[in-house]
Amino acid sequence: MRTARVAHAGAIHTAYPHELDGKPALRLANGRIVAEGAVVWLPPFEVGTIIALGLNYADHVKELAKELTVTAKDEPLVFLKGPGALVGHRGQTWRPRDASFMHYECELAVVIGKTASKVKREHAMQHVAGYTVCNDYAVRDYLENWYRPNLRVKNRDGATALGPWFVDAADVPNPHALGLRTFVNGERVQQGNTVDMVNDIPALIEYLSEFMTLQAGDVILTGTPDGVVNVKAGDEVVCEIDGIGRLHNTLVDDADFGI
Amino acid sequence: MSRIVSAGLLGFDVPPYRLSGVVYGALLNHAPQLAALGDALNQPPYKAAPREPVLAVKPRNTLAVSGDAVLVPAGADALEIGASLGIVIGRTACRLAAASALEYVAGYTIVNDISMPQPEHQPAHYRPAVRFKARDGFCPIGPRVVPAQQVVDPDALAVEVRVDGQLVQRSSTGQRVRGVAQLLADVTAFMTLQPGDLLMLGVAADAPRARAGQAVAISIEGLGTLHNRLRAEAQVQGAAA
Repeated sequence: MRTARVAHAGAIHTAYPHELDGKPALRLANGRIVAEGAVVWLPPFEVGTIIALGLNYADHVKELAKELTVTAKDEPLVFLKGPGALVGHRGQTWRPRDASFMHYECELAVVIGKTASKVKREHAMQHVAGYTVCNDYAVRDYLENWYRPNLRVKNRDGATALGPWFVDAADVPNPHALGLRTFVNGERVQQGNTVDMVNDIPALIEYLSEFMTLQAGDVILTGTPDGVVNVKAGDEVVCEIDGIGRLHNTLVDDADFGI
Repeated sequence: MSRIVSAGLLGFDVPPYRLSGVVYGALLNHAPQLAALGDALNQPPYKAAPREPVLAVKPRNTLAVSGDAVLVPAGADALEIGASLGIVIGRTACRLAAASALEYVAGYTIVNDISMPQPEHQPAHYRPAVRFKARDGFCPIGPRVVPAQQVVDPDALAVEVRVDGQLVQRSSTGQRVRGVAQLLADVTAFMTLQPGDLLMLGVAADAPRARAGQAVAISIEGLGTLHNRLRAEAQVQGAAA
């Protein structure tokens, strides 16, 4: 089962995939069939705490190694985000004009379904409700070495896209064997596989739930593989994960916000 | 949903009348605290003093109210008590100008931004200290939200921390790298704050520590006193068994 949350005709609806005249469409929970373009896509579930991982793919660590000042990594690099960072499928994200390097990050988002406190890795997957695709943008110009990555880099309004679908865990037999790809204006710029996570999903749930109780709706953004390049206002970025979905996002300029 | 929000705790008498449960905090915002780092500011891994506000998120599992017990994890001798002014947002705040930023504040409260002390062999401020600062119950808030109209100057309030009744820290909300208005301006330049969101001004230098069994009381002039007792984590689990 896969579900979306969409705004249509003045209300928010749960929606399911449907086909209309051979084209992808949506069936709303109230029975209406609507074209994909007729809705506003929201993050596909009610999001609680947003937990993100840095440097969780070996190749991405290597890619960034020249700018890392501390290389010894004895525990997962975890950072948190607030709800204002979120935007749905086919959303828009502000690309500040003064920045020389802003990049996407295609990530598998793991959604918690059941309260998890001090859970061992062998039981961890029982606490996963499902998955979605995340594009977690970063503006590298704003990096500072204080609580890095700092919020100005990673917690910007609308710079963390989630969607389009929430996919039940039961429909993803092995979340550690999924290809990830990112396309900018149709050109493939990033490719990886979730098998290459440094800390896999059970390890992350064990690590996090030791000190913080995870609750239904909390989401773990599991990091990105290498292949990050600069994007510009007007670019269309598509992040794709096998069996999970294709998440579209468009970058918009300062001028769109009257800046 | 946090208990603060779901149980309607910490309601107050001006819009938006309740907290949203979203809590951000400024770190290293006390000028003497930053100055105390001395040469380390320019050494690796930091390499330069912070240019923009240093910020952290306190997630919903950390939220607690006055009277709640704070659990001291096994292996920690004591916890750092982070007395901070809490700024409660009253109106949607996006790209504020410092000159008018205080108009967006609904009120003020007390926050205890608790940390587990970090091992001395690693730089304390380089990585987000989530394991040390985002533990369950590590963000007591209260006892109430005082409407902004009743707080004449939020940048000049006396702050006192007592452990078992003994005064262990006396500071104020002044001497900040960024005062309340400037912090709101710089934070909302890239992240919009919503009504009911809470932003901590940040702790003063030399945060005191308290051990399991001790009672912590944080008072801020005009805002009341936030009371919490520390308990050993194992003790509570044992009691529940």
